[in-house]
Amino acid sequence: MGIKKITTPLADDTVLSLKTGDEVLISGVIYTARDQAHFRLVKLIEENKPLPFDIRGQVIYYVGPTPEKPGEVIGSAGPTTSYRMDKYAPILMKLGLKGMIGKGKRSNEVKEAIQKYKAVYFGAIGGAGALISKSIKSSKVIAYEDLLSEAIRELIVEDFPAIVVNDVYGGDLYEEGRKRYENKYAVND
Amino acid sequence: MRFITSEEISNAVKNLIINSSVSLPEDTYKGLKQAFEKEISESGKTVLRQILLNAEIAETENKPLCQDTGLAVFFVEIGMNVAVRDKNLTDAINEGTRRGYSEGFLRKSTCDPLTRKNIGDNTPAIIHYEFTNGDKLRIMYAAKGGGSENMSGIKMMRPSDGKDGIMDFVVQIMQAAGPNPCPPNIIGVGIGGNFERSAILAKKSLFRKLGERNSDHELDEMEKIILERINNIGTGPMGFGGICTALGVHIIKEPCHIASLPVAVNIECHSHRHAEITI
Repeated sequence: MGIKKITTPLADDTVLSLKTGDEVLISGVIYTARDQAHFRLVKLIEENKPLPFDIRGQVIYYVGPTPEKPGEVIGSAGPTTSYRMDKYAPILMKLGLKGMIGKGKRSNEVKEAIQKYKAVYFGAIGGAGALISKSIKSSKVIAYEDLLSEAIRELIVEDFPAIVVNDVYGGDLYEEGRKRYENKYAVND
Repeated sequence: MRFITSEEISNAVKNLIINSSVSLPEDTYKGLKQAFEKEISESGKTVLRQILLNAEIAETENKPLCQDTGLAVFFVEIGMNVAVRDKNLTDAINEGTRRGYSEGFLRKSTCDPLTRKNIGDNTPAIIHYEFTNGDKLRIMYAAKGGGSENMSGIKMMRPSDGKDGIMDFVVQIMQAAGPNPCPPNIIGVGIGGNFERSAILAKKSLFRKLGERNSDHELDEMEKIILERINNIGTGPMGFGGICTALGVHIIKEPCHIASLPVAVNIECHSHRHAEITI
């Protein structure tokens, strides 16, 4: 199985072609948002106000990077745990969000919304923030600068490494992977 | 009485914080390398390879290993014949924390728990003090990330639950945690004390060097059994499936009330950043 190269914004065809366990390299624009940014985005939606960016077809990366040093594009920038955004994710998918990048399990509601709205959840490697930052070519804060690391950034990424965790077909890499290696550990020391 | 200036302490703290944010300690690196050799899952091996590569990049490019540069946690041993000048010890450590996170370009992750407004300088640090003999000050530091901390747990068990009950509880916590705490993890377990003490013991156990055996034979045996059971869950590196879910299990016990059996489980992520200095 080769590594799939995909570009953002994600077209429906691309989303449909992705299967749980696929390794991907993502290129194009992605947006950062984590806890507080999601809280504000959903508040805007509830108040029928426009979002700071057109969410249709887009990918949100759950990350709060370290501050960049002078001359750096971005600091360390690995994924944060996704379940904290579970409450908000279906609302954003309903509006056209097509991809999420994070780490860790999603709720049943999120998995159902992924199937219903044809979206995809990618896992990135937590704790590999220095490595991942190398695939980020530009970074610009576009909203909520007061949130510091939690501000919304528009990133341009090139070959951002991730793996498909939840696909439109109901697949879940965490469940499948765990079952495959259950009771396979043998003590040999 | 020997005196140390608060400035000397603040500077030492700053350096501990900055250095450990980019440089993975030897014991952690070794543990991850062994896991890489042991892992049988392809995706697990890929993840571990990237984690090791990340450590090399962080070190050579002076870039934080992880964007979650943690809350600053300290265990401080104060010799009875040493005193601090100018500022009190807590203020000196917080000043060092402020400088470390600012000058090191590290992420500030402390916020008000209700308004969620960022404090802006990653203070206050979480500091635990103990008193010892002598005239030295030993400062042990760990950058503790939120993802693994969130999956930790505490339970006031019944004395009748015994060793088996304790081991079941630790395994259950790791089953529920799954991929969330960035496995492979180090699992700190505090048994005894009381409600808050068991949690502090669990945290303190994480400071034992990875790969170092427990000097208590009974606890050593329990650690081995729990490690085997956790690695049989199948979670694997970053949860993609595999046999390396835990790098180590560390247990500390202390006496408790005759009615109680407090057990705390503190999960640590694979980016196990810790360092210490004795002044």
